[in-house]
Amino acid sequence: MSKPMTGARMVVQALKDQGVEVVFGYPGGAVLPIYDEIFQQNEIRHILVRHEQAAIHAAEGYARSTGKVGVALVTSGPGATNAVTGLTDALMDSIPLVVLTGQVPTFMIGTDAFQEADTVGITRPCTKHNWLVKETDRLPQVLHEAFHVASSGRPGPVLVDIPKDVQFASGQYSPKQKMKTHYAPQVKGDIGTITALADAIAKAKKPVIYSGGGVINSGPAASQLLRELVAETNFPITSTLMGLGAYPASGDNWLGMLGMHGLYEANLAMHGCDLLINVGARFDDRITGRIQDFSPHSKKAHIDIDPSSINKVIHVDMAIIGDVAHVLEDLLRVWKAQGRKTNAEAIAKWWKQIDEWRAVDCLAFEQKGATIRPQHAMARLEALTKDHDRYICTEVGQHQMWAAQYLGFEDPNRWMTSGGLGTMGYGHPASIGVQLAHPEALVINVAGEASWLMNMQEMGTAVQYNLPVKQFILNNERLGMVRQWQELLHGERYSQSWSEALPDFVKLAEAFGAKGIQCQDPKDLDDAIMEMIRHDGPVLFDCLVEKHENCFPMIPSGEPHNKMLLANAETQGQITGTGAVLV
Amino acid sequence: MSTLKIKKGTSKHSAYDLRDPHSNVIERHTLAVIVDNEAGVLARVIGLFSGRGYNIESLTVAEIDHTGHTSRITIVTTGTPAVIEQIKAQLGRIVPVHEVHDLTVEGASVERELALFKVTGSGDKRVEALRMADVFRASVVDSTLESFTFEITGSPEKIDAFADLMRPLGLSEMARTGVAALARG
Ligand SMILES: Cc1cc2nc3c(=O)[nH]c(=O)nc-3n(C[C@H](O)[C@H](O)[C@H](O)COP(=O)(O)OP(=O)(O)OC[C@H]3O[C@@H](n4cnc5c(N)ncnc54)[C@H](O)[C@@H]3O)c2cc1C
Ligand SMILES: Cc1ncc(C[n+]2csc(CCOP(=O)(O)OP(=O)(O)O)c2C)c(N)n1
Repeated sequence: MSKPMTGARMVVQALKDQGVEVVFGYPGGAVLPIYDEIFQQNEIRHILVRHEQAAIHAAEGYARSTGKVGVALVTSGPGATNAVTGLTDALMDSIPLVVLTGQVPTFMIGTDAFQEADTVGITRPCTKHNWLVKETDRLPQVLHEAFHVASSGRPGPVLVDIPKDVQFASGQYSPKQKMKTHYAPQVKGDIGTITALADAIAKAKKPVIYSGGGVINSGPAASQLLRELVAETNFPITSTLMGLGAYPASGDNWLGMLGMHGLYEANLAMHGCDLLINVGARFDDRITGRIQDFSPHSKKAHIDIDPSSINKVIHVDMAIIGDVAHVLEDLLRVWKAQGRKTNAEAIAKWWKQIDEWRAVDCLAFEQKGATIRPQHAMARLEALTKDHDRYICTEVGQHQMWAAQYLGFEDPNRWMTSGGLGTMGYGHPASIGVQLAHPEALVINVAGEASWLMNMQEMGTAVQYNLPVKQFILNNERLGMVRQWQELLHGERYSQSWSEALPDFVKLAEAFGAKGIQCQDPKDLDDAIMEMIRHDGPVLFDCLVEKHENCFPMIPSGEPHNKMLLANAETQGQITGTGAVLV
Repeated sequence: MSTLKIKKGTSKHSAYDLRDPHSNVIERHTLAVIVDNEAGVLARVIGLFSGRGYNIESLTVAEIDHTGHTSRITIVTTGTPAVIEQIKAQLGRIVPVHEVHDLTVEGASVERELALFKVTGSGDKRVEALRMADVFRASVVDSTLESFTFEITGSPEKIDAFADLMRPLGLSEMARTGVAALARG
C-alpha cells in the first residue's frame, strides 16, 4: 500500500488520514515545501493567523470546542519560539494539539543557521512529547504517533520538528494503521477501589462532588454519566473553572464554581463535607487555598487518568486511576447492581444547610447609577444569549471570573478559557478557532481591554475569513485583576495597573473592516447587545464599565475556604503574612 | 504526625502505602527507569528533575537491549515519601519511559558502583595505600613511581569509606560511575 512521496506531501497526507479539517498556521522559509503541498489540495483548510501564538490558541479553541486534536503549522526559529506560550497554555490545561514546526536542514543543525532554534530543546518542558525527525522514512510513523500521544491518556500538546531537507526528500508513506506504540495509558479503574467509593457514597452524610476539566477531556459520555451519578445520589456538585458545563448550570444540584472566586455555597460545602469526590480535577491552588485547612473533615476520593495528579497536592483516601467515563460507568454499574442507597435523610439535612448558604446570594449586585457594572453586563449578556447555540471564550482577569460566575453553561465544550497558565491574549484567537469549528454558532469572547490588546491583530483573521466572532470587552481601563490585588495587598498603590492611551475600539474595528459598537449607558446595553448578536460578521463591542469594581467572592491567598470575602468586604490589607508571597 | 488512613489494596504500591505520606523524613531511593533509547530521552529525565526541583544523587545510563533500543537509567534520589511518589509518577508520564521500578521498596536489591582512585605519595603512605586497597579488594590498574590508580567496585558506602581512607594517604583524583542496581532474585 505504501508509496514513495516527499516528506512535505507526507505531512499533508498524514493530516488527511487523521481526519484533520483545519490547520492554523503562518508560513516561513523552513516550511515552504509543506505550504506548497497545502496549496495543491483542497481537503485541508489552512487558516492564516497574524501571529504564531494565535495559531496555537486558535487550535486550542478548535480542540476544546470539538473534542478533536487541534493542529498548527509554523516555521523554524521565531515561528517556533512564538508558539511557546500557546504550547505551555495547552499543556497546563490538557488540550490535545499537534504542532508542526519547520527546522533548518539536518546538515545545518547546530551551526547557528539562519532562523535556527533548538525547538525540541525549548519546547521539551512545554509539550507532552516532541520529536525532531531526521529521516523522511520515519516521518509518517512519528506524525501518526503524534496524534495518538496528543489525544490519549491525559491530553496535551505535542510538537514535530521537521527539517527542510526531510520535507524535500522522498520516503515510504504508511497510513496510520501501520503504527505501533507502547504508549497506552490505563483507562479502566481498579474495581476494588470503585466498590470502596460506592460504600463511601452510601454512608456519606455531607458529600460533595468536585468535578473538573478531566470530565470535559473524557468526552461527552463522561458528562452524561456524571449527570447520572448526581441524579442517582442527589449529591451536590461543584466544578472548577475548567469543568464548567459538564453538569448543567440549570441543574438542581449545581452549587456553582468553587475556588478563589467561587461561590459561597460551593466553598463552604467543600469545607464542611464528609465525603469529597474529585472527578477529573487536580486540586489546583486556586481551589485548595491553605492546604492544611482544605476540606479538613472529609474522606477524599480522586478519579484521574494521570497517576501524577494523585497525591500531588492533597493526600486522598481512595485513588482511582482511569478515564472519567470508564470509571463512572463502572461506579454506576456497581451501585445499581448492588442496589445501593444513599443516606437520604442525612443528605436532606445537608441540603438544608447548603440552602442556607445559598440564601446568602453571594453574587447579588445592584445596578444603579449611570455606569454599567461589569456584573450587570454579564447578567444581561447571559439573559440575551443563553438560548442561542452559544460558545464562550474569555481572556484573563476579572472579566474571566465574572463570566464564570454569571454565565450558565448547560453542556460541555461550550466554555474556552485559559485556566492553568492564565494567558492574557488567549480568548480572541481561541474564539476564531471555535467559530471555524462551529460556523453557525454564536461565539463570544468575554475580554478585558488589556488582555484583548495582546492579540488584537487577529481581528484581521476574523475579517479575512468572515468569522462572525463577537469580542465583548468589559473595558474598565484597568488591569483590573492586578489592580484588585494591589488594593488588597499593596495598600492601594496602583503601580502600572491602568490602561492608558487606549485605542478608540470602534474605529479600530472599522480600520480592520469589522463592526465596532460602544456602550456606556446601562439603558442602552440590551439594544447594543442585540445589535452585536444580529450583526453577521465580526464585532468588537466596547462596553465601558465601572473602573474600580472588585471581583467577589474571593478567598484571599493562603486562607481556607471559610475565610471568604464577600461583596463590599473591607479590602485594605486583606492579604498578609504567608499569603502575601502566594500568587 | 497524622495517622494513616489508607486502606490496604487501594493502590498498586501496597508496600508504599504503609508509610506515612505526610512524613517529613527524607528518604533515599534507587529508581530503575527503562526507556526507549532515543535522542533527548536523558534530557527529558534530567529536565524533569531540575524543572520540578527534585534531587539527583547519582545517575547512570546505558543501552541494555540493542535490538529493542531500550536503555536503563538508574537514578539515586532523595525526598520525602510524597516527593518520591511524585517523582515516580512524573517519570511514568514521560512518553518514551516504559517502566519505573523503585528498587528501594520493591524488595531486596544489589547496588554497585565502580570508581577509579589516583593516590600520589611515597614511603609509608604508599605502602599503606596499597595495603588498604588489598583489604578493600581494589586492584591496581596503573602505577608509576609516584602514584597508584586503583579500581574498586562495591556499594556506594564502601566506595565512600575507601575514599575517606585514601584522602590522608594522598588521594589526588577520583572518578565514580554512579550506581547501577538490580532487584535480587
Ligand atoms: C485569574 C484566574 C483565577 C482563577 N480562579 C479560579 C477559581 O476561582 N476557581 C477555579 O476552579 N479555578 C480558577 N482558576 C483556574 C485554575 O487556575 C485552574 O486552571 C483550574 O482550577 C484547574 O481545573 P481542574 O482542576 O479541573 O484541572 P484541569 O487543569 O482541567 O486538569 C484536568 C485533570 O483531569 C485529569 N484528566 C484529564 N483527562 C482525564 C480523563 N479522560 N479522565 C480522568 N481524568 C482526566 C488530568 O490528569 C488533570 O488532573 C483561575 C484561573 C485564573 C487565570
Ligand atoms: C500574558 C500575561 N501577562 C500578565 C498577566 C498578569 N495579569 C493577570 S490579570 C491581568 C490584568 C488583565 O486586565 P484586563 O484584560 O483588562 O482584564 P480585567 O482584569 O480588567 O477584567 C494581568 C496583567 C497574565 N495573566 N498574562
